[in-house]
Amino acid sequence: MELNSRIPAGPIEQKWDRHRFEMKLVNPANKRKYTVIVVGSGLAGASASATLADLGYHVKCFCFQDSPRRAHSIAAQGGINAAKNYQNDGDSVYRLFYDTVKGGDFRSREANVYRLAQVSVNIIDQCVAQGVPFAREYGGLLANRSFGGAQVSRTFYARGQTGQQLLLGAYQALERQIALGSVEMYPRTEMLDVVVIDGKARGIVTRDLVTGKVESHAGDAVVLGTGGYGNAFYLSTNAKGSNVTASWRAYKRGAAFANPCYTQIHPTCIPRSGEYQSKLTLMSESLRNDGRVWVPKRKGDTRAPDQIPESERDYYLERKYPSFGNLSPRDIASRAAKEVCDEGRGVGPNGLGVYLDFADAIKRLGEDVIRDRYGNLFEMYERITAENPYKVPMRIYPAIHYTMGGLWVDYNLMSTLPGLHVIGEANFSDHGANRLGASALMQGLADGYFVIPYTIGDYLASAKLEKVDTSHPAFKDAERCVVERTKKLLSINGRRTVDSFHRELGQILWDLCGMSRNAAGLKLALAKIPALRAEFWENVNVPGSDANLNQALERGGRVADFFELGELLALDALQREESCGAHFREEHQTPDGEALRDDEHFAYVAAWEYTGDGKAPALHKEPLDFEYVHLAQRSYK
Amino acid sequence: MAVGRVGLFWRSTIGKKIVMAATGWIMVAFVIVHMLGNLQIFSGAAKINAYSAFLHNSIGELLWAARIILLISVLLHIVAAIQLARIDMAARPVGYARKQRQAATVASSTMRWGGLALALFIAFHLMHMTTGTIHPETFTPGDVYGNLVGSFQIWWVTLIYVLAMIALGLHLFHGVWSSARTLGVNRPASNPFRRPVATVISVIVWAGFTLVPLAIFFGWVR
Amino acid sequence: MTHTVAEPATARDEAPHAASRRGMNLTLHVWRQAGPREKGRFEQYQATNVSPDMSFLEMLDVVNEELMSRGQEPIAFDSDCREGICGMCSLMINGIPHGPSHGTATCQLHMRTFRDGDSITIEPWRARAFPVIRDLVVDRSAFDRIIQAGGYITATPGGPRDANEILVSKTTADMAMDAAACIGCGACVAACPNGSASLFTGAKITHLGLLPQGQPERNRRVLAMVAQMDEEGFGACTFHGECQEVCPKEISIDVIARMNRDFLTANLGSGGKHDES
Ligand SMILES: Cc1cc2nc3c(=O)[nH]c(=O)nc-3n(C[C@H](O)[C@H](O)[C@H](O)COP(=O)(O)OP(=O)(O)OC[C@H]3O[C@@H](n4cnc5c(N)ncnc54)[C@H](O)[C@@H]3O)c2cc1C
Ligand code: HEM
Ligand code: HEM
Ligand code: SF4
Ligand code: F3S
Ligand code: FES
Repeated sequence: MELNSRIPAGPIEQKWDRHRFEMKLVNPANKRKYTVIVVGSGLAGASASATLADLGYHVKCFCFQDSPRRAHSIAAQGGINAAKNYQNDGDSVYRLFYDTVKGGDFRSREANVYRLAQVSVNIIDQCVAQGVPFAREYGGLLANRSFGGAQVSRTFYARGQTGQQLLLGAYQALERQIALGSVEMYPRTEMLDVVVIDGKARGIVTRDLVTGKVESHAGDAVVLGTGGYGNAFYLSTNAKGSNVTASWRAYKRGAAFANPCYTQIHPTCIPRSGEYQSKLTLMSESLRNDGRVWVPKRKGDTRAPDQIPESERDYYLERKYPSFGNLSPRDIASRAAKEVCDEGRGVGPNGLGVYLDFADAIKRLGEDVIRDRYGNLFEMYERITAENPYKVPMRIYPAIHYTMGGLWVDYNLMSTLPGLHVIGEANFSDHGANRLGASALMQGLADGYFVIPYTIGDYLASAKLEKVDTSHPAFKDAERCVVERTKKLLSINGRRTVDSFHRELGQILWDLCGMSRNAAGLKLALAKIPALRAEFWENVNVPGSDANLNQALERGGRVADFFELGELLALDALQREESCGAHFREEHQTPDGEALRDDEHFAYVAAWEYTGDGKAPALHKEPLDFEYVHLAQRSYK
Repeated sequence: MAVGRVGLFWRSTIGKKIVMAATGWIMVAFVIVHMLGNLQIFSGAAKINAYSAFLHNSIGELLWAARIILLISVLLHIVAAIQLARIDMAARPVGYARKQRQAATVASSTMRWGGLALALFIAFHLMHMTTGTIHPETFTPGDVYGNLVGSFQIWWVTLIYVLAMIALGLHLFHGVWSSARTLGVNRPASNPFRRPVATVISVIVWAGFTLVPLAIFFGWVR
Repeated sequence: MTHTVAEPATARDEAPHAASRRGMNLTLHVWRQAGPREKGRFEQYQATNVSPDMSFLEMLDVVNEELMSRGQEPIAFDSDCREGICGMCSLMINGIPHGPSHGTATCQLHMRTFRDGDSITIEPWRARAFPVIRDLVVDRSAFDRIIQAGGYITATPGGPRDANEILVSKTTADMAMDAAACIGCGACVAACPNGSASLFTGAKITHLGLLPQGQPERNRRVLAMVAQMDEEGFGACTFHGECQEVCPKEISIDVIARMNRDFLTANLGSGGKHDES
């Protein structure tokens, strides 16, 4: 397997335009004849499906929810970045490009990131034209805010529901194409395999989640927009259904998996309250603009927060990072929180939490200003915890939030499996080792509206694709694998539930491959996970049948894939002998405990190739070189 | 083409609702005028009989026009009501084992029965006060005063009227409010048709009508 | 039949501020139905030692864990985001869609709103247009078809002018946002005595109809969406106002009035040509 990133020649500002000109076009009359299979209806999948159909391709779109509108993109709160420079505060395509490369701790591909920054401006135009109700100034112009510690105001938002509004825009465009007959939509349908015919992805095998029917779909190209794999950790801010299955089955059919160890941990989530906890809820990062983070100076101090005098409080972010303080980046804030909790200074039940205190802000600005800024977030917090954050400081704790790793793609967003394209969070492309706030929505829509529609055309026009249909033996084989696997899960009849396994896997990953990692712990994980996986296949209990809606069976299949991914995640973390972005190796830190990158040996993308069950996957390296943004140590002191 | 348009308008539930609201309002207008007419009984036989005579003789054509418009309205109103009721019931074939009302009022949930009651009342009422079919022996065409005083001596006649007016009051309490929304009159900003308006209209109509039978029954008017 | 469900031990009790709380015991009456064509019935379950900090769905998770560990089939119910935004969760709880807390989706409802010893009836949404798939899971694809009919603004990527060339006053944008907040859960239909989808449909018509970008398709949109809404077998709105009370996004029935007005003007106006679509 060779990794050809296919980055166009020429100066970075011209690469994309030049490439668009050089790409082959499909004759409009022939577009109808091509079928593109899009798995996923999130920002990436929905925008891609709608746009491809609009161009004239025949599109089949799949999602596991009951409606494409429910894809997890719906949950995004904060906003979406774009280099519009509407605030005239010195923003530009180049600055957004620069910030994103630096924010990604120099582990992303410059050319991709530059293109992302370029099309970011078109995204806002497109969404406004669709009727996305972005926040406005009184004059009627679009409003912006600065987000995630960015120095400029480039974030567009729709209340705390930006993801919802952007997704509904794409969803509505998609529904329009469905009505026109150019998209066939398959909700409550799960993709369980990719079908490869003479080296090219030519279709997928799906299971109808309502009837249990296993079915094949043939096409000329396959696009995965199936989201991130954060749920491998069991507790995350992702939706319950978010999973790695689609990506994982593609990996096993020859698509390389890149940087699985880059998993982002969000510092401001509501801590878990008990064993039964099913997911974690994000509190928008914007809270850190006015909240002060602290813990008691003394270990095991169980006094109520208001009983703890100033002198006995440790505002550790302000102490450690005087210049950025409470606004220091996600990875840093998260790690700092973990440290103090590990020292036994955590607060709340089970000691896994730190205070986010608004008392000073309320004193300074008054309760009304705070209510005006964060009212809905405070309500959400109180609804969940029954504590009033106007009176008692919030308790927050880091949680898995986003995965920068994903299937490897070249500049055209095509994986190492020809014909299989990957967009949105499912690919590894633009965020390097750490994603900045409000940039995932941007990437999902950039991929779907403005990149894939061109690059797919180039692939279809240049690849020699002979007609295939689902009667081809390759489809039958894939169907058989899927059915066998399902039957196997149902036949084990063990004594443990799927979730109990998932929880245990999540705990292993969180403890050993979470916010900070070390060789010993990772080796331990690499021993524990396979053992647990073995027990899973012996002792899991999946009741019911495969001939109707069976939610236990759905989960079973997903967790089985999480086991295999989890192992690769640990393996990747182990080989990356440096600290970068969200990946912090305890062995590699500066004397004062900061991440220590090793650009000489690790400025590469780690792309893993599947070599067969029980065999060690093969590591391939895509070197990263930085012509424009100069390698520098991130410092937020 | 216009015809198809009307057809499609009527076919849609909102179209029917708009028809209900419009015809409802025609009837509201009528009952208000009618009520005022009735109240003239307090200024004596001559006055009210003259009023009746004026209606029937001087502006007879107008009266007929009004009658026809009313007749069409009632019919459209009833047909729409029946069709909508059937659509609404079909929309939930299987009910809930347990259901807690959050906002629905007695008025809003009795529109159909109340309507039916009104239909029956109107039929009875026409036979009673216009054709005199109910008790021809006491009924003298033209002598509205006599007819009224005569009939409301009888307790059950009075009772029917009193009950019917309660039905009407409730029907209007919800109807006037809801029709404003059916016709999309109310703007979130300036909200002219809120509860108070409906309450005032329905109470006035109810009281204005009910006064007459009771006044006669209790002998204030004789 | 009756099952006993033991909640796994938690670290809760260590919590100083949670020390006072103790587990609740609840009796659940849950609608079980094997498939769309099977006939269903209520089953009784005991949920014991339920933590007040649990969400309602987590309470059901625990019941299901127990059922499964005994090899029985779990109660099927829809949920995904579990933070009140995807609109997937959809339970009729003691006769109120999404349960007793105002402006709250089922997944955000917490057990502290119940009292020890309560008995809770859990049913699926009931509407001809929302057929039951299994247990508490219903088919809401009718909503997607209503959007298909016209719940969009036609805009092709690459085409649009610069976003700031379209001015939208803050008030208009805010009103549009209020309506756009709909999560498509279907609680309005579930609550409406007439099984009407007017709040859902009105919300989308209001969101798009308020914005300048939405004007060209405005008449077409309302006519097509209303026709589809009727087509799907939803009832008509008699303004009971139930929907507004249970809507997790507290969308006001003003959107229904707006839909009615747009429908009327579309019919009067030239946009009334129904064959255009
Ligand atoms: C709580 C939260 C808040 C966030 N806030 C922000 C923010 O403010 N700004 C920002 O930029 N980013 C934010 N993010 C990140 C961002 O929302 C996501 O990265 C992005 O929406 C992912 O979009 P997607 O289209 O790639 O995938 P998703 O939206 O997750 O869609 C995945 C799709 O794939 C389908 N699918 C998955 N597996 C299968 C399968 N096997 N078969 C069939 N279909 C399948 C699903 O049905 C779904 O339709 C946030 C994320 C979370 C969790
Ligand atoms: C206490 C209540 C009422 C009293 C005492 C009353 C009395 C009368 C009288 C005396 C007449 C005959 C008038 C005439 O022939 O000149 C009449 C006619 C009529 N009333 Fe009433 N009425 C009452 C309520 C109503 C209501 C609620 C309605 C409608 C909902 C109604 C509808 C009519 C109609 C349609 C006529 C026939 C008018 C015509 O001649 O075309 N009445 N009423
Ligand atoms: C003749 C027998 C009548 C019947 C069967 C009847 C039935 C109904 C029904 C079922 C409704 C609810 C319609 C809906 O919202 O779906 C209704 C509404 C209404 N009715 Fe009647 N009604 C009758 C008489 C009247 C009278 C006499 C009046 C006025 C004096 C009236 C005024 C109204 C009004 C204003 C509405 C509100 C329409 C809306 O909600 O938009 N109705 N009627
Ligand atoms: S209007 Fe409210 S209740 Fe109805 S679907 Fe939308 S969010 Fe749910
Ligand atoms: S409850 Fe039903 S009747 Fe109308 S106001 Fe809401 S849709
Ligand atoms: S599960 Fe998403 S709204 Fe409740």
